[in-house]
Parts: sequence; C-alpha cells; structure tokens
Amino acid sequence: MSDSKKMNWAAIDADPRFQALHRKKAGFLWGLMIFSVIYYFLLPIGAAYFQDLFKMKVWGPVNVGILFALSEFVVAWLIAYVYSRKANAEFDTMAQAIVNDAHKIGG
Amino acid sequence: MNAATLAGSAFLLEVLSSPAMAAGGAVEDKFKWMTFAVFGVIIAITMYITFWAAKHTHTTSEFYAAGRSVTGVQNGWAIAGDYLSAASFLGIAGLISLYGYDGFMYSVGWLVAYITVLLVIAEPCRNIGKYTLGDILAFRNDPKKTKTVAALSTITVSTFYLTAQMVGGGVLIKTLIGIDYEVSVIGVGILMLAYVVFGGMKATTWVQIVKAMLLVAASILLVMFTWAPYGFSLPGFLQAVVGDAKVQAQVAKLVGDAATNMSPQELGQRFLEPGLFLKSPIDQISLGMALVFGTAGMPHILMRFFTVPTAKDARKSVIWAMAIIGGFYVLTLFLGMGAAINVGPANITAVDKGGNMAGPLLAQYVGGGADSVLGNLFLAFVAAVAFATIVAVVAGLVLAAASAMAHDIYVGVIRGDHATPKEQVVAARVASLIVGALAIYVGIAAKGQNVAHLVALAFAVAASSNLPAVFLTLYWKRTNTYGIVLGMLVGAISAIGLVLASPNMTYPQAVAKEAKKVLEGEPAQPAKEAVPAKPGDGFICELFAVCKKAEPAKPASAEKPAKPGALEKLAKLQEKLPTITDAAEKTKADEDIAKLQKDIKKAQDDIAKAETDKTNLIGLEKPFFLLKNPGLISIPLGFLMVIVGSLLFRDKRAEEMWDELYVRQNTGIHAEAASAH
Repeated sequence: MSDSKKMNWAAIDADPRFQALHRKKAGFLWGLMIFSVIYYFLLPIGAAYFQDLFKMKVWGPVNVGILFALSEFVVAWLIAYVYSRKANAEFDTMAQAIVNDAHKIGG
Repeated sequence: MNAATLAGSAFLLEVLSSPAMAAGGAVEDKFKWMTFAVFGVIIAITMYITFWAAKHTHTTSEFYAAGRSVTGVQNGWAIAGDYLSAASFLGIAGLISLYGYDGFMYSVGWLVAYITVLLVIAEPCRNIGKYTLGDILAFRNDPKKTKTVAALSTITVSTFYLTAQMVGGGVLIKTLIGIDYEVSVIGVGILMLAYVVFGGMKATTWVQIVKAMLLVAASILLVMFTWAPYGFSLPGFLQAVVGDAKVQAQVAKLVGDAATNMSPQELGQRFLEPGLFLKSPIDQISLGMALVFGTAGMPHILMRFFTVPTAKDARKSVIWAMAIIGGFYVLTLFLGMGAAINVGPANITAVDKGGNMAGPLLAQYVGGGADSVLGNLFLAFVAAVAFATIVAVVAGLVLAAASAMAHDIYVGVIRGDHATPKEQVVAARVASLIVGALAIYVGIAAKGQNVAHLVALAFAVAASSNLPAVFLTLYWKRTNTYGIVLGMLVGAISAIGLVLASPNMTYPQAVAKEAKKVLEGEPAQPAKEAVPAKPGDGFICELFAVCKKAEPAKPASAEKPAKPGALEKLAKLQEKLPTITDAAEKTKADEDIAKLQKDIKKAQDDIAKAETDKTNLIGLEKPFFLLKNPGLISIPLGFLMVIVGSLLFRDKRAEEMWDELYVRQNTGIHAEAASAH
C-alpha cells in the first residue's frame, strides 16, 4: 500500500478537526454504552432482589416486571436510533471534512 | 461447480423422500409428504442462490466478503439470519412456554448484545479490517503471533457453537419428522458445504436472508392467529394465560410444596413473575456479561461487517439487525405463552423435555390440530424453517472457521502473506471442506451428548478472549502483541477451565446417587417446618466451593410417603402380569416392564461407571466452580491480562501504528473498497 505511506497520520491525529471529532464521539459513545449496560443489568438484579416491585400488577395481569422487560427492547431500539441520528448527522460530516483534506494535512 | 451440488441435493431429496427414513417424529406419516415438499422447495431455492452466487465468486474478496457489495439492509437481514439459531428460535419460545417470565427475560440479553456491536465494534472493524478477526488485531500488532492466537480462538469458538448446532439440528429433525440423526447431520453438512464451497460468502449471505425472512414471516403469522382471539390486547391475552388450567398445573409442579397455599389465580399469575427458571442471580449476570460482550467477539458476526461497502453501511446493518432480532424476541413472548395455553406445558415436554417443540406444536395447533391438513402444513413450514435455520447458521460458522484456517494460518502465517490470489481462493475452499467434514464428524461423534451449554461457552470464550483483544486494540494506545497473546490465551483457557469445573459437567458420583434413587426408591419423609435463609461466608463462597454458600429459605413441607424404586415396581408388575386378561392392559403392562427394565439397566450401568470412574473430565468429584457461566470471572480476567501484558512489555510498532489506526478507524481512509463488477 504505497498510498498509505503518503499520509501523515500523526498530523491528521493532531488536527483540531480530528481532535474535535474524537472528543465528541468518545463522550457520546461512552455515555450511551455505560447507560445501556446499567439499564440491562437492572433487569436480572430487579428480578432477583426487588421481586415485590416486579410482581406489582399495573395493567390487568401485566406487572412491573413484564413492562420493565419490554422497556429493555424499547430502550435498545432508542439507543440505536439516537446513535444513528447523531452519527449520520454529525460524525459522518466531520469525518468527511477530514477525509477531503487528508492529503493536505501535514503534507 | 454444479455437478457436485446437484448430486448433493439429489442425494438429500432421495433420503428425504425414502419412507424408511421417516418413521416416528411429531409429524404423522400420512402428512410427511407435505413436510418433504416444503423442505424440497426451500432446498431448491437455496441451491438456485448457490448456483447464481458461484458465478460471481472468483476472488478472495468475493469468497470471504461477497465482494463487499452487500447493502446495509441486506446485511441486517443476514446478521439476523446468522444470529437467530435454532437455540434462540425454538429454545426461547420453549423456555417461555414452560417457565413464563424467566424465558422472556432470558431473551433480552441477546438483543442488548447488539448495542455493544453497534457502538464500539462494527464501524471501526469495517474501516480497518479485511476478512477476519486476525486482520484487525494484526493491524498494529505482530501479524504472525496475533493471527495465530486469533485463528485458534476463532476455531475454538466456532467449533463449540458448531457442535451445539449440529447436535441440536440432528435431534430437532429427528423429533420433528423422524429422519435418522446421522442422516440429518450428514444432510445438513452436505447442503451447507455446497453453499460455502461453491457460493462463498455471497451464497451464505443470501441463504441467511431467505431464512430470516421465512422465520419472521412464520412468526408473525403464528402470533396473528394466537393473539387475534384476544383482540390484540396485551392484558386480555395475559389474563387468558393466568386463568389457564394447564399453566396453573405447570406452576404448581415448578413451585412444589409452596403451591398448597396458593389459589389457582395466584398460581397463574406466578407464571408472569420471575424466579421459576433462573434461580441464581449471580449466574444470570454472568451469562448476561457473556452475551453482551460475547456477541461483539463472535467471529461469524464480525465477518459479516466486511461484506458491506462502507462503515456507514455497517452501522445501518446493525440497526436493521436490531430491529429484526428485537422484534422477533417480542414475538416469541406470544409464541411461548400461546403454546403454553393452547398446547400446554405437559404436552410440550412430552415431545421434547427442553421445550424446543413449543413453536412447531403451536403451529400445528393453530392450523387445526394434529389431524388437520392445514395444521400439518403449518408444522411442515415451521420444521422446514428450523432446518433452514440450522443450515444457514452452520454455513456462517464454517466460513468463519475456514477463513481463520486459510487466511490467517495458511496465507498469513505459513506463507507470510505471499500467496497468489488464485492460491488464496483454493486455500479458502479446501479449508471450508476440512471444517465442514469436521463439523459432520463432530456432529455424529457427539450424538446423545448434552451440548446445550456449549452455546453459552462459545459466547463466554468470545467475550473473554476476542472482545478484550479487539476492543483494546481499537481504543487503547498501549495495547501490543504481548498483551493480545496473553489476554486471549488466559481469557479462553480460563473460560473453558471454569466450565470444566462447573455444574455443567457430568459428575459420576452424583449420577450414581440419582441412579440409586431410581433403583431403590426414596424413604418416607416426615413433615418439615419452614427453614429461614442462611447467609453464606461471603461473595467468594457463591463462586467457588471453598467455603459455605448461602442457602435460600425453604417453605414448610407436608409429610411425604415413601416412593417405591424401579426394582420393587418391576417385581410387582411381573407378579401381576399372569393375572391380567385384558389384551390392551397386557400390552401396556409389557411396555411398562420393558421401560422399567431399561431404567434399571441404565441405573446399574451408571452406578458401575461411578465405581471405576469417580471423577469428571478433569478429575473433580463435585463442582469446584459453582456458576454455570464463567463470564463473571473470565471476562474481567481477559481484559486484565491484555492490560498487564501490554504494560509489562514494550512494542514500538504497536505504538507507532496507533495514530494511523485511530485515524483510519474513525474516518475510513484507505478502508478496503468494494470490488467493481
């Protein structure tokens, strides 16, 4: 790959636009990731240690436990939606700007 | 190609249509032609796909990655097709039909797993990878060393998963339509090999897409029929579940003594509450960790992201996969509960103890029952989808293992990346044949083994070995070859080692104890008072058999009469036999005697085996590790070892390559492009 030799990777990495992309993306991804892991593990924890709450009937025979399990699906889909919106609208544009200038940066 | 493909399908059709192979099974003999007709149609469709794909499969990139020309939506369906294995398609519906809430809760982790794939794995891997897990790791680490461990890990994970699929598939097809186990395994193997060897990734992808669509269509149809009588109301449907006598009887059986103080309504409601199946929360969290972190390390899932043209398409494919997979699991709630009220847990376990037949039996019921034409057509359709499921999942796994063998080991390590393009494709096809033959062999050799835990083990190894290595390579500058090798080896070995010492294994002495109960029966037990829960000696005691584990509270139990053993029952029956005059009653007594003699023989064998062989596979008399899932320990250990290995040794190349890797994974500069057509 002779092409990759032409790139000055360190310069692109140090470019303020790349740094901005990196900071935005890292903060956003870590936040979503931590939230989703915590929300997921609340389910087995709740089912084991908060059984009285999970057994509480709220809508006919439908109890908190069933609603919470269903909410796991909704939350997973929401996270996917939120991430794709953000990535399509923001991250892709920022990355494209860097790609367009990549040969010029540090070159 | 095609002579061999056609010969393969001709062989299969011949086997399927020969009546000798089709005795027994859930489908009655007079309706079997329908099952075979549906099977034939599906096999014909997939063969046509393979024929078409083979014409477009010449280069390495076409063989491993379908020329990177799969669209995001197509790849999303293919991921769903790859992921919804027989275990999740039939197994989870079965768990829900037998245990209610816990089965549904179990399904959640399989979807949440894709958040990890979406947020941290899919796009960077597409941007820097080529065909395999080894390619990603070799980007900034020593290529030969990391490709070797990555290939070992890939082959290990794939083999565990493959064995579970082959054995599960063989049993499933036998239970459904009565084809011999060995014939099913060979049939699945030959079909899958035809797809992979001739059509490579393109054929595999389209087989997975077709299968996922059939599966989703079948599920939606079944849920429509099951839910419509309740006006598509969730409380209305669940009220029917709570009020169902078959469900109440199942709960009474599960909770045992505690059922005496519960009203029928309370028993039914208990079905919608946690704790009937998953009794150890720590074990569940451990399994949850393996799922959430393991899916992102599954080689056959990772490989799917190399088939799309850009990282944006990789993102789109995960979103689609999440919609399909999640939607499917929500449907299984209705499939499982529907099977519980319409077929009944007792009837489901009568056909298959694990509940795997819940979905197929519901299909039969919805169509009009066991004697109706429509019911059997529905059953035939679900059976054919199950068959297509196994073939599609196995094809994906074989391709992943073969790519590790051919691309990482042969081309990367042995030939030092100097193989000609033609040589690479030949190597890929030969490796597929080897892995496929191995899969058939393992499938037949493992007949009758309990392989259910192998799926969980595959996820645990992927989560403890592959994920820490990939994740830290992508996101931590200091990661290097030493850390990768150490972390992957320790992660994989600890996951496997812990399972070998866990309650999943067979312990001859425990088996002998049960066998003794069968032979000699149980003595009468006096009424017992309730015992409050006892705390253990600490958290570590919940994990290892080194100190006292906490004990849960036991409810009061009534007096129990003695249970007679098989020996006693046999003696009584044989005494009674000459006095029976009614012919039907006599046949039944003869059958009972034959069954008792079989039980006694098995129990005596078990006891004899325990005399000579007191310990399990690794010399333990009883479980040392108390959880069924090793993830809780092996996953953090895998991460820790990558970090420790990387900190102890320096690797200049790994650090110098960091800028390039980090820029490229985020921007997609120089990402492998789609091949032009």
